[in-house]
Amino acid sequence: MNDMRKIERDAKMAETKITARNVNVFYGETHAIRDVNVDIADKTVTAFIGPSGCGKSTFLRCINRMNDTIDICRVTGDIQLDGTDIYATSVDPVQLRAQVGMVFQKPNPFPKSIYDNVAYGPRIHGLARTKSDMDEIVERALRRGAIWDEVKDRLDQPGTGLSGGQQQRLCIARAVATEPEVLLMDEPCSALDPIATAQVEELIDELRQDYSVVIVTHSMQQAARVSQKTAFFHLGHLVEFNDTDEIFTNPKDPRTESYITGRIG
Amino acid sequence: MTDITPEQTGSGRSQSTTELVQKSLARRNRKQMVLQGYGIAAIVFALSMLVILVGSLVITGYPAFTQTHVELEVFVDPEEVDPENLARGSYDEMIAVSLGEYFPDIDMTDRVAAREVTQLLSSGAQLLLRERVIANPSLIGETITLKVPASDNYDQLNKGLVMRDTPEQFRRVDNAAIERFDTLDEAGVISTPLNTRLITNADSRFPELAGLKGAIIGSFWALLTCFVISFPIGIGAAIYLEEFAPKNKLSDIIEININNLAAVPSVVFGLLALAVFLGWFGMPRSAPLVGGLTLALMTLPTIIIATRAALKAVPPSIREAALGVGASKQQVVFHHVLPLAMPGILTGTIIGLAQALGETAPLLLIGMNAFITSAPSGPFDSATALPTQIFIWADSPERGFVSRTSAAILVLLTFLITMNAIAIYFRQKFERKW
Ligand SMILES: Nc1ncnc2c1ncn2[C@@H]1O[C@H](COP(=O)(O)OP(=O)(O)O)[C@@H](O)[C@H]1O
Ligand SMILES: [Mg+2]
Repeated sequence: MNDMRKIERDAKMAETKITARNVNVFYGETHAIRDVNVDIADKTVTAFIGPSGCGKSTFLRCINRMNDTIDICRVTGDIQLDGTDIYATSVDPVQLRAQVGMVFQKPNPFPKSIYDNVAYGPRIHGLARTKSDMDEIVERALRRGAIWDEVKDRLDQPGTGLSGGQQQRLCIARAVATEPEVLLMDEPCSALDPIATAQVEELIDELRQDYSVVIVTHSMQQAARVSQKTAFFHLGHLVEFNDTDEIFTNPKDPRTESYITGRIG
Repeated sequence: MTDITPEQTGSGRSQSTTELVQKSLARRNRKQMVLQGYGIAAIVFALSMLVILVGSLVITGYPAFTQTHVELEVFVDPEEVDPENLARGSYDEMIAVSLGEYFPDIDMTDRVAAREVTQLLSSGAQLLLRERVIANPSLIGETITLKVPASDNYDQLNKGLVMRDTPEQFRRVDNAAIERFDTLDEAGVISTPLNTRLITNADSRFPELAGLKGAIIGSFWALLTCFVISFPIGIGAAIYLEEFAPKNKLSDIIEININNLAAVPSVVFGLLALAVFLGWFGMPRSAPLVGGLTLALMTLPTIIIATRAALKAVPPSIREAALGVGASKQQVVFHHVLPLAMPGILTGTIIGLAQALGETAPLLLIGMNAFITSAPSGPFDSATALPTQIFIWADSPERGFVSRTSAAILVLLTFLITMNAIAIYFRQKFERKW
């Protein structure tokens, strides 16, 4: 099993999806991200780990420019998606966010029907011409979110009425409905029980086939279970970035080692 | 350290924590009891004030909800009606003749004597007859049954508000008049039905004919104008300030000013309206449109503040969710935030409108306290509003207006309570648990 994974990984590692160079993020005077350089591969799950407040979420939110919505937040440096600078003036964050989907820590379905939750993105981007097109998109997204079978008979019921785990899978379905290339997940399981967590992790592993997945997690076990690459952040620095197995079995940096062995964080 | 004594360490040390807690517990409980006592006393005081207020209004107001009527058999004399011009007829004569039937010993051709008798009836009685005939000219030559309101003094007498055992010289109705009233009463033509005129008539000099129709319609047009102006402007301003405006000194100053505007005494808005709407723009006096514009100035800050609070209460996770799938800022606001804030906005708006409905001072300044005997047919006609009508009636010397003032206040309170109930319903029904 482990070997197979390794083969698969090596085969796909070649393609780089996101390149970050000298990224710095400031919240007013607070310097939250310091000179981060990283290459995130396509069709791979990349995990960001590190102690609380080290800047994982901040860096993740740079990738779909969600930080733009925070007045005091300033991002410098260069982030490229498929070779295009996403902070270029020609790039509209709205368009970028259709390409880079995001799943949040707390499941946050819209207080609308399950159908409308998934259809909202495609609708505002005009992805469906007819009602049946839209039905198809919604079904495909819900299937990818591994929740179709559970909700197919009650698409008109509110998404907020589902269980926590179902809500989070609905949010994943909503994020993939716009056919993004990258899926960002900020501690997607931290509000879920172990069974729901296992379901979502399984889903993340499947999503790897189609997307470049970046997941922030506070659980090292989770990083080990779902990711092929792991980045360790500490105090705004990207301390170490390597294959997940390497990070956990053979960390190069003493800070990484301390964290892995439970001495920081 | 095992032999600690009270002498060594001061009092209390020898006691266990449990004992100490127990000792202070009694004191703490007592304090809580006292506090609760104050709270309950305050509530009882407030409630009893409310009961006294409403109770006194009901006691003084309820007689106005009925009206003494006299039923007459009136012969519509063809001699007395001009068939060319039905409005011109001696309808008062016909009524006097009809009433005279009950008083055979009084000479109804003697004007002074006849006046004594016809004083029993409202001065509006002949108008009622005239209206009937104009509406149906085939009645000419027929004898019709007509129920006309008794005049105010007799209404008061009938309701027991004029006491029969008061000495005659202090009584508003003399003995002869009481006798005449009793004659009619014995004949069985006096009745006291529900006073529908209180709602269906406009104002009148005669309390027995005066009603609130003009005031209710005037208030309606004023509130509609107020809503149409303040709702969209208020929501627009709130959305801009809350969602789009850059947070800087200028927006801080605007925010402070809006909050202060909500606290400006309403009479000031009245003066402003007088100067601007009537003075500069030459808008008509006493018009509900101008009243509504004035009230809109006052309601605007309330709506802005309520809307901003409702927008703020929409959790950021919903905004993030929408932004995350690529909604633009404007789409986030209009597709998600605004619909979710709507119940709160509506609640605030209704409360603002309820305040506007009860507002008197600014309307007095723009002349909505004029004496107007017909209901307005649109927002440009002269009219009164409910609170200004109450003001006018409270100022009138006729006895009948005393109970009508209270009755009008009860009507106004009914509207206010209804509006607040709707606001509460919205709040309960659409309250969300995130
Ligand atoms: N909206 C914000 N405004 C100001 N400071 C922030 C904001 N969000 C995060 N920070 C600061 O940035 C640093 C990194 O935070 P974050 O990226 O949320 O860390 P993590 O996700 O790793 O726990 C923290 O010091 C935090 O206080
Ligand atoms: Mg975080």
